[in-house]
Amino acid sequence: MASDRPNFESITMLEINNLHARVADEDTEILRGIDLTVNAGEVHAIMGPNGSGKSTLSYVLAGKDDYEITGSVTHKGKDLLAMAPDERAAAGLFLAFQYPMEIPGVGTMTFLKTALNAQRRARGEDELMTPDFMRLLRSAAADLEISMDMLKRPLNVGFSGGEKKRNEILQMALLEPSLCIMDETDSGLDIDALKVVADGVNALRAPDRSFVVITHYQRLLNHIVPDFVHVLSKGRIVKSGGKELALELEEKGYADLIAEAA
Amino acid sequence: MAASAALAASNKGQTDRILTPAEKSVLARIAELPDGQVGRDNVVSLIRDDGLPHRRIEAWKYTDLRTVLGEVPALAVRPEDEDATKAAISYNRFTDAVRLPIFNGQHFPALADDLPEGVSVSEYAVADGNATATDAPTTTDAIALFDQAFGGTGLSIDVAPNATIAKPIGFANVIVGDVPVLAATRHAVTIGNNATATFIDRHVGPADLAYMTNGLTDLTLGAGAKVHWVIVQEEGNAARHLSQLNITLAANANLNISVLNAGGALVRREIHIDVAGAGSNLTISGVNLIGGDAHIDVTTTLNHFEPDTTASEIFRNVVSDKGTGVFQGRINVAAKAQKTDAQMACNTLLLSEAASFSAKPELEIFADDVVCGHGATCGQIDEDMLFFLRSRGIPLKQAEQMMVMAFLSEVIGRVDDDPIRNALDARIRDWIGLPPEVSVNE
Repeated sequence: MASDRPNFESITMLEINNLHARVADEDTEILRGIDLTVNAGEVHAIMGPNGSGKSTLSYVLAGKDDYEITGSVTHKGKDLLAMAPDERAAAGLFLAFQYPMEIPGVGTMTFLKTALNAQRRARGEDELMTPDFMRLLRSAAADLEISMDMLKRPLNVGFSGGEKKRNEILQMALLEPSLCIMDETDSGLDIDALKVVADGVNALRAPDRSFVVITHYQRLLNHIVPDFVHVLSKGRIVKSGGKELALELEEKGYADLIAEAA
Repeated sequence: MAASAALAASNKGQTDRILTPAEKSVLARIAELPDGQVGRDNVVSLIRDDGLPHRRIEAWKYTDLRTVLGEVPALAVRPEDEDATKAAISYNRFTDAVRLPIFNGQHFPALADDLPEGVSVSEYAVADGNATATDAPTTTDAIALFDQAFGGTGLSIDVAPNATIAKPIGFANVIVGDVPVLAATRHAVTIGNNATATFIDRHVGPADLAYMTNGLTDLTLGAGAKVHWVIVQEEGNAARHLSQLNITLAANANLNISVLNAGGALVRREIHIDVAGAGSNLTISGVNLIGGDAHIDVTTTLNHFEPDTTASEIFRNVVSDKGTGVFQGRINVAAKAQKTDAQMACNTLLLSEAASFSAKPELEIFADDVVCGHGATCGQIDEDMLFFLRSRGIPLKQAEQMMVMAFLSEVIGRVDDDPIRNALDARIRDWIGLPPEVSVNE
C-alpha cells in the first residue's frame, strides 16, 4: 500500500531560473539572476540585508505588475510569469505580505469567502456554502486566537500589527496553498505574537506544501526551522546552506558573509 | 467679469439672437400647447431673449443646457387606462411602499395603493396657492421655467400633524410607451408638526428612448417633523431628467435625504433647502453612478437662516466609460445662524481615462460662530489594495467591483432604514455588476 502514496519529496514545486527584475522605466536592476529550486515539503529561508531584493522577489513571484522581468519561474511545472496574480493564487501560490493592506469597506469575512470561492471556481470545484465556510473559518480562527468579532470588521482596518499577521496566516490556512511565500512575516511582531504566527505556519507544514520564508533576522527561524537557507545580496543568491547558515549569519552579520562569498 | 457682463447686456432684449436647436424645440413644443397656462408668454420671451442657461451662468457652469439638452419631445398625453394598468402590473417595486403611480407625468389614483391614516392626497393645483416657487421663474432656473411652460401635473400630499406613517409613500414615476415624450410633474408635500414619514421618489423608464422628464417638488416640514426622503433615479439610458426639490425646514425638524442616481443620459438634480427653523437637522447621503456617455449634475443649496442647525452632506460618485459628473454644493449661512454645523463632502472614483468629474463646493458664511467644512476628492482604485485582493485569487474584475462597492459602502451605511438600505445596496451592486452579497456574518 505504501507504494500508492506519491513521493512528494521528488516533486519540484518552485523553480526559478536566471530571474532578473527591474522597476518599469528605471535602469537599476533589483533582481540580477536568481536561481532557486524548492521541492515539495521543503522550507527555504531567504535572508539578506535591506535593499538586497527580498521584497521584490516576493512581489515578482506573486505577480505585482510594477516590474520588467526576464528569466523563468514555474510552480509544479506551470509558467507562473504568464499568469495574472489571481491565477497564480489559484495555482497554489500564496504571498503573506510584509504590510497587509487595510481595505475599508470590505468585510473580512466577505473577503475570505470571496477569495476562497474564487479559487475554488478557478479550479473547477464547487463553491462553499456559508455554513460550511463558517465551520472552516471558526476552526482556523480559533487555532490562531482570532476572535469572530475581529473578522466582522473591515479587512485589517484597525488591526494591530500582530492581528494583521495572524490574519495573513488565517488566509493561508483557509486557502490551502501549495507554495507559501512569507515576506518578513516576523516584522512588527512581539515574541508572543511571533510564536502564535510560527505555530500557525508549522501546523500548515505538509509533505505537499513548500515554504519560502523571507526574513531579515534569524529569530523567526528558531520557530520556523528551515531545511535550507539562502543569502540574498544585491539581487543574487550569494550563499546557500542548511539551517546552520542562519546562525552563522546571526553571529557574523551580513557584511562578513557577503564579502566572504564575493 | 467685464466681458461676460457686456455679453449679457448685449444679449438682453435682443430678439434676433440665434437660437440653439434645444431652444428652438422648446419654443416649438410650447407653441403646440393649448392656450391658457399662466405665465407661458413670459417663459417664451425669456427663452427667446435670454436663452437657456449655459456655461457662463455660474449655476450651470458644467451643464450647458443650450447645447446638451437636445431636442425636447412633445408633452406627454395621459396614457390610456389599459396601458397604465399594464404598467402598474409590470412595475418592479423598489421596496415595500404605498405606491402612487405617476405615468408619463399623470397620476392614476385608481391604480394607487390605499393611503394610510394621516395622509391625504389630491391633484396638485396652482389655485391651492402651491405655486409660489414658479411665480416668477428666471432664465437661470430652467426647471421652474419648463414647469411653468408645460404646466407640470402631480400631487399635493399632506401628512397630518403628529401622525407617524410607518410605511414609505412611493412616487412611482414611470415612462410608459415607446414614443419619446416630455413628462412634467409638480408635487407639493407638506408634513405637519411632529409628524414622521418616509417618501421614495423613484423614476424609471424604457432604455434607448430619448424621453425627458421635468419635475418640481416642494417639501415643507413643520416644527419637529421627521422625514426620510429617498430619491431613486433609474431612468433609461437615453433619458433626460431634470428635477428640482425645494425644501423648507421649520424648527427642530429632522430631514434625512438619500439619493441614488443610476440612470439617464443627461441628469440635473437640484436640491435647495431653506433651513428656516432653529434646531433643525439635515443629512444628505448620495451615490451617483455614471457610466456610458451619461452626464449627471447634482446641485445643492443649503440656506441656514436660523441658529443651532446641523447639516451633513456626502456624495460618493463612480464614473466609468465616458461619463461626466458634476457636484455643485453651496452652503449659505446667514448672520443670524450662529452655531451652524455644516459639513459637505464629495468623493469621486474615476474608473476610466475618459471619465471626468467636476466638483464645486461653495461656502458663504456671514455668522462668526459656526463650524463649516467641505472636502472634495477625486481618485482611482488603489492599485496596492487591488493587488492584495488579486493575490488571494480574486479575479481583476471582481476585485475592482469589490473596491467600488467598498468606496460606496460608507454612504450606503448612512441609510438607517434596513429595507431601503438593502434595496439601494442591491441597485448599486447591480450597476457595478457585483453578485448579491451572501452575508457571512452570523
